[in-house]
Amino acid sequence: MDRLPRWADLTLVPLVSLLFAAIISALVLLAIGQSPTEALKVMVDGALGSPYGWGYTLYYATSFIFTGLAVTVAFHAGLFNIGGEGQAQLGGLGVALVCLSLPWPHWTVALLAATCGAALFGAAWAAIPAYLQAKRGSHIVITTIMFNYIAAALLVFVLVDVLRPTGQMDPASARFPVGAQLPALNDIPGFNLIFQRPVPANVTLLIALAMAVVVWALLWRTRLGYQIRAFGKSEAAAKYAGINPVRITIIAMLISGGLAGMMSINNVMGEAERLLQNSSEGAGFIGIAVALMGRNHPFGVVLAALLFGFLYQGGAELGLWTSIPIEMRIVVQGLVILFTGALDMMVRMLLERVFGLFRSAKAVRAG
Amino acid sequence: MDYATLLQVLDTTVRLATPLLLACLAGLYSERAGIFDIGLEGKMLSAAMSAGAVAALTGSAWAGLLAGIGASMLFALLHGIAAITFRGNQLISGVALNFLASGLTVLIAQALFRQGGRTPPLTGEARFNPVTLPGAEALREVPLIGPLYFEVISGHSVLVYIAFLIVPLTWWVLFRTRFGLRLRAVGENPAAVDTAGVSVIGLRFAAVAITGVLCGLAGAYMATALQAGFGREMTAGRGYIALAALIFAKWRPVAAMWACLLFGFFQALALRPDVVQAVVQVKVPVPLLDALPYILTVLVLAGFVGKAIPPRAGGQPYVKER
Amino acid sequence: MAALADTLGRQETAAPFAIELRGISKAFGPVQANKDINIAVPKGTIHGIIGENGAGKSTLMSILYGFYKADSGQILVGGHPTPIPDSQSAIRAGIGMVFQHFKLVQNFTVLENIVLGAEEGALLNTSLGKARQVLKSLAQEYGLNVDPDALIEDLSVGHQQRVEILKALYRQADILILDEPTGVLTPDEADHLFRILRGLRDQGKTIILITHKLREIMEATDNVSVMRRGTMVATVKTSETSPEQLAELMVGRKVLLEVQKTPPVPGKVVLSVENLRVRDEDGVERLRGVSLEIRAGEILGIAGVAGNGQSELLAALGGMVKASGVALLNGAPLPLAGPGADGQSRREAGVAHVPEDRHHHGLILDFAAWENVAFGYHNDPKYQKSALFMDNAALRADTERKMATYDVRPPIPTLEAKNFSGGNQQKIVVAREVEQNPDLLLIGQPTRGVDIGAIEFIHKQLVALRDAGKAILLVSVELDEIMSLSDRIAVMFDGQIMGMRDPARTDERELGLLMAGMTGENAGAMKKEAH
Repeated sequence: MDRLPRWADLTLVPLVSLLFAAIISALVLLAIGQSPTEALKVMVDGALGSPYGWGYTLYYATSFIFTGLAVTVAFHAGLFNIGGEGQAQLGGLGVALVCLSLPWPHWTVALLAATCGAALFGAAWAAIPAYLQAKRGSHIVITTIMFNYIAAALLVFVLVDVLRPTGQMDPASARFPVGAQLPALNDIPGFNLIFQRPVPANVTLLIALAMAVVVWALLWRTRLGYQIRAFGKSEAAAKYAGINPVRITIIAMLISGGLAGMMSINNVMGEAERLLQNSSEGAGFIGIAVALMGRNHPFGVVLAALLFGFLYQGGAELGLWTSIPIEMRIVVQGLVILFTGALDMMVRMLLERVFGLFRSAKAVRAG
Repeated sequence: MDYATLLQVLDTTVRLATPLLLACLAGLYSERAGIFDIGLEGKMLSAAMSAGAVAALTGSAWAGLLAGIGASMLFALLHGIAAITFRGNQLISGVALNFLASGLTVLIAQALFRQGGRTPPLTGEARFNPVTLPGAEALREVPLIGPLYFEVISGHSVLVYIAFLIVPLTWWVLFRTRFGLRLRAVGENPAAVDTAGVSVIGLRFAAVAITGVLCGLAGAYMATALQAGFGREMTAGRGYIALAALIFAKWRPVAAMWACLLFGFFQALALRPDVVQAVVQVKVPVPLLDALPYILTVLVLAGFVGKAIPPRAGGQPYVKER
Repeated sequence: MAALADTLGRQETAAPFAIELRGISKAFGPVQANKDINIAVPKGTIHGIIGENGAGKSTLMSILYGFYKADSGQILVGGHPTPIPDSQSAIRAGIGMVFQHFKLVQNFTVLENIVLGAEEGALLNTSLGKARQVLKSLAQEYGLNVDPDALIEDLSVGHQQRVEILKALYRQADILILDEPTGVLTPDEADHLFRILRGLRDQGKTIILITHKLREIMEATDNVSVMRRGTMVATVKTSETSPEQLAELMVGRKVLLEVQKTPPVPGKVVLSVENLRVRDEDGVERLRGVSLEIRAGEILGIAGVAGNGQSELLAALGGMVKASGVALLNGAPLPLAGPGADGQSRREAGVAHVPEDRHHHGLILDFAAWENVAFGYHNDPKYQKSALFMDNAALRADTERKMATYDVRPPIPTLEAKNFSGGNQQKIVVAREVEQNPDLLLIGQPTRGVDIGAIEFIHKQLVALRDAGKAILLVSVELDEIMSLSDRIAVMFDGQIMGMRDPARTDERELGLLMAGMTGENAGAMKKEAH
């Protein structure tokens, strides 16, 4: 079988996978008696049709960039970090503890500290599965799943028994002080010309984009990234080159967990302004779809995060304006993961066959 | 804690352990054949919805059960195609199918019943109702054993008894039949099976199909026995607890039963924090009880509580070598 | 076929052959693994097939067991044309195979492994009961004693192999193929195996023994076929040949590649190794006390059949596996285990390493050429822009330079390693390691899968490095490569060095015997025994 050209592998495979996911989503909509075109129109209008819609789309995309990058870094080290959700929730705890600990004078200072707190807590939550994988050979996929549930339980405990102000009924922390509240895009000069109504997208978006650049530089410009990628491609070769597998596994997972934790500055500090139960709302899992769709490249991740931001905001609009349940977006998410992550070989074989046909046609003409 | 309370907790334990047990045994077949399945959750969920919906529409719990098994097998088949036919990443496939099930169940339930993604409440024949075992009433007054038999052992739906009967059945199939021998072999060393002239793909698909059936039972039990109808995300991570139980039990059927009973016991305790507090004299946070199965599993995985060695060929697609 | 019939004599083999291959050919892409192979194995004999690595022995047997389909040719079993499209057909035709890597389920009992795939019915008890009986009688008949209830993982390698043989016999195989059966056995176990094989032959079974070890052929076979580069070059009676003749047939009279080099000027000792030992993951000692010295300005060649410890020698010196013993590099201790026994420390100490397997170790195939040029040297100051960043531009320029010097084609630094031909891949690895100007270069199979032009080039580079006063440890299974490059030759067999030879005062025959584990005296003894 002919190999696919590089450009096709990089662009066509994800696009065709997306196309498959879209077709099946449309069939699902038809099956439940809805119009796919109508649904798409509502989604586009709601998510991209107005600055307000964009404000939500970008808000979601911000979280997804972080979690997508988290999965990406681990993937490059050959590790499947399925624990982004738990790491993000712990990151939220880090943010809350930082924000509630001091009467912050200015949001910039608070942001800096909260970012550190979020990354530290997220990384710490990834550290144990990483250690167990590197030193004791415990399968990181299973341990990170377990840690998601342990994180959820831990947060319930912390919110109900520790952080909940006396007299408050719902399990949530106190509201963050004013000095720890982040400016939304509508508060930022320049952006406020576009976003005239309050939107949830906030300054964290810029941090997310910066992190995409940082991750790119880390992976492709530093010695550490070089070693992470080499280790992920071939453990045997890494041994030959003297790359320490334990060290790389742990460092890669710490970075991954830190990135997942950092998403919490977007939703916890930037939007909710207090820590709620299940604050990450599945964004940790969406990171898997985003990373797969983005072909594990930070710029691909940014694009895929935008796509999923659109999907999430559009899906919410569907829930508001049509009788299509908001869960439609989870269906699409599942389909994207299925086609880009598990059936990628099928897509590739299909494309190879098509390319083969083109080639033989060309050969016939040339002959 | 008095005896009556203990019996109540144990009764709840059996109820809550049943879906875990069915899902755990489901995972056992798949993983023993070398196919990782973190999609137990999704299969259970799809089965719960289908069972709840069909039971509501037909008024028959048995029809619901069949529908549940059918839906679960469909997901199992998809996993098989991705993992066996196209040699895709089994873990990613499982994650994808879980999401798919999570979304589709609500979509379909909403399209069918327009009750916010729930199925209508089930009553009468549309549910599996408690079965009183012979002699339960008569023995009730016998001290100690009588109430135990009446409260804990008798009075469950038929699916509970089926689930517990599948434990020895699974043991027998696995260790006493040709199919079981081949199934275990294909999870340990598919090349041995292949060179012996037996189809690796066929065996693995068979295992995945059984996983589908058992997850179907688990999901149907959730919607038509444990509760009266399907509600969104009603499995609430039980697929993952079952996975944890499977590891905890080191992929052995009888140990799986004990693991599921233990984890069911934790779940039952989480419903009665007052009882826990009365016994240990300290306030134990409910979330700690919720998290115990996962914490125990991590300890097992880390090799602190005996080493859990998964089937050797688990997770790797079989490619014939020269 | 005529030649064979002449050799064996028509009248002796009036009965049909147990197995006959006619005109078998098989190509993998441009590589012709088997070319028009004809072979006939008389019933009730032990037939050896010998040849160097890559001669096509395993391909031929895979065709016989239904793993590959031949491009052309015919298989006859018991005189009848028998197509063998899959393993099941092979089993049905009475062919059993004992693979080099056993196909056993480790945590199953012996009985369970034996009945797997050949069960009597849906329930195991009957199958296991019957197998127990059969096993008992097989044990009596052939001396194949194994505890039927033992777990495979608790058995020694030799016993595991017996289980494989029993598996085939349980399936009523009349023809037993053993692929390099002694590779994993101790000499004692090997002797026992040969006794068993003779017993099987005497009971009328036909045995095909694939090996590259001359000693085994002489000891165990009735007839022997020699393969070389995909063709069957001869079939002879074992009693009418000698190890020397077989060695010559195996190696052939290859055109020696001329390597221009001046006499060596050995300097001080760069590496000295004493009593080097390596155990593999299964606890088997692969390197059993190797001691050697390499001086500046000399190439020490390690000759030997693959799998006799050369790989472990390279891996231990390259910091890839733990070892015990003493090693000194320029007089300073070279750690063999614990901290400092890793690839990075080795490179910092001035040890470069061209590994035997460039696909699994030497290169990251998905990395671009320029990324591979830094592989192992990614911490080298010359590739750093700052404390944080690597200097990718410098690296790319360096790659361009190396590609020009080594004539790597296409000279595109951004091309992924997997897209270069074998020769060009190897040039990238050699360029990376040699241009680092190490004190000691470890190099394994420098020209495996490399075209003639690249071979010459790589050889020249090695000689130039030597002339620059560096020490080189060369491991190769290509005897002519060892002979033309080395200043001294050490022959390895079974994890030990059998002897040191001066290339000017030895020949392929002598080396071939050493490689087969025979020193002068016992070679003569072997010949007598065979007659």
